Amino acid sequence: MSVLLVLEERNGKISRVSWEAASAALRLGAPQEVTAAVIGAQTEKLAEEAAGKHFGKVIRVEHPLLDHYTADAFTLALEQLIQKESPAQAVFPHTYQVRDYAPALACRMGQALIGDVIEIGEGPVFTRQLMQGRLNGSYRHSGTGPCFVSIQAGAFRAELPASTAGAAAIETFTPSIDAAQIRTRPGEPFRGSAQTVDLGSAQLIVSVGRGIREAENLPLVEALAGALGAELAASRPICDNGWLPMERQVGSSGQSVAPKLYLAVGISGAIQHLVGMKGSQCIVAINKDPDAPIFEIADYGIVGDLFEVVPALTEAIKTAKQ
Amino acid sequence: MKIIVAIKQVPERDAPAHIAPDAKGIEERELQFAMNEPDAYALEEALQLKERNGGEVIVISAGPERVGSTIREALAKGADRAIHVVSDGLGARDALGVARLLAAAIQPESPDLVLTGLQSEDLGLGQTGVIVAEVLGLPHASLILQVEKTGSGLKVKRELEEGWFQHIELPMPAVLTIQSGGNKLRYATLMGIKRAKTKELRQINAAELSVDAAPTVTLEQITLPKKQKSTQMLSGTAKEAAASLVEKLKFEARVL
Repeated sequence: MSVLLVLEERNGKISRVSWEAASAALRLGAPQEVTAAVIGAQTEKLAEEAAGKHFGKVIRVEHPLLDHYTADAFTLALEQLIQKESPAQAVFPHTYQVRDYAPALACRMGQALIGDVIEIGEGPVFTRQLMQGRLNGSYRHSGTGPCFVSIQAGAFRAELPASTAGAAAIETFTPSIDAAQIRTRPGEPFRGSAQTVDLGSAQLIVSVGRGIREAENLPLVEALAGALGAELAASRPICDNGWLPMERQVGSSGQSVAPKLYLAVGISGAIQHLVGMKGSQCIVAINKDPDAPIFEIADYGIVGDLFEVVPALTEAIKTAKQ
Repeated sequence: MKIIVAIKQVPERDAPAHIAPDAKGIEERELQFAMNEPDAYALEEALQLKERNGGEVIVISAGPERVGSTIREALAKGADRAIHVVSDGLGARDALGVARLLAAAIQPESPDLVLTGLQSEDLGLGQTGVIVAEVLGLPHASLILQVEKTGSGLKVKRELEEGWFQHIELPMPAVLTIQSGGNKLRYATLMGIKRAKTKELRQINAAELSVDAAPTVTLEQITLPKKQKSTQMLSGTAKEAAASLVEKLKFEARVL
């Protein structure tokens, strides 16, 4: 049984989530059965980086038209590679880029992607979250043809054992892609707004979510952050509503943080938020819903009305600091 | 511009998620349902595009009879007409099976643009729009926050990770999946609610679309998540809980 692992590049290196997907791929097959693919117009360095790990082989999927990501070119290239390699499973990191093309790639081969997988059990059975993290669902591939799986960030270890078998062999695969087949024209990436808040280096963060209900209630959490000397952050809906600037957003589309203390107020804990903060040293959650998924990763939890708990906490901190 | 918006009815946020006895779904009896929020943003984008460029907004939704209430809400907000793909058995289909169903119902309309939310709040598969594009043979872009009509097609703003964005140009017809937050959502007006009752809502039985339902991916079991940490729950009144939290943070976690 062979496994095709698709690695992604970030800042010239193979990204951390890609190594996490590699750990997942190594659950599905022995190292020599795993083929790692790097994709681009110039993939020599990435291929060398991958070949240092224990894989069966590394394939450079290389073409000038793969220089910038487009769904059309990536889908075409990987479709041809999968036809050639016919793996039992194709494993991807669950990134925005993979979300953009992997469902179409799977569809082209008559398959449905099992996306955002957090656990792989015997079978293999793939576990993913449902209902914003309140429940888990376990899925099995039942068709013929390759099984497509994408792996959620932070669910598997990024540290792989170095290869003891020497560097993996590197092959080059040149897909046939015609410029006319690429229908979208991507522009250069740009920053949304000037980043004046560096949440990434904050030691203490008070973060607020939908539970706050209205912008008029924000002073409540601002007072708590003030008492603690903490930065104020938020989950996506707060920034979507324009109640706090986007630069204060924590999560997959915002900043990733790992403070000493992360105090989540009225945040239910959808996975898009958790991936941005679950590395925090100490997590406190205040939420009215005892089943909110934020409590699954919290060190301390208070189930209660934030409109009572937060002012009480602000007072208690002020007292403690006197 | 003829725009089709695919919307999904999902359990209301914070609704109790009780696992059904067969462990393949959740108990629906006491649930309230609402429009999937990312789809509400897709609908808003469509209505604003129509206001700027003219045309027609058609909503499409697949699901059992109860989905009709969410479709009426979309009509009340300003969609011109609606298609309801009636099916009680969507749960047995995988993402591919559902997207094929929607694509089969969309195709005869030959829209200029198909919009949908980037993911649903219940299953969270985040694939429907991209697969619909593939099945219809149309270009797509995902995680879109702004849509602008240009001379020859569209210019869209796509969200990347960690606060980055990019613009993408693509021809029409096309499929876009819409990220939340790009626009401010409108409410239905009383007049809108009144008008919605007279708008066309066409039902198509899923069986009539003769789309292969055999899934390649099956849900085996729904379970409660395992706790990743042993959480200390602090009880008592708000004041008591706050006091013991400060104690813990100071002397146990040593983060204050």
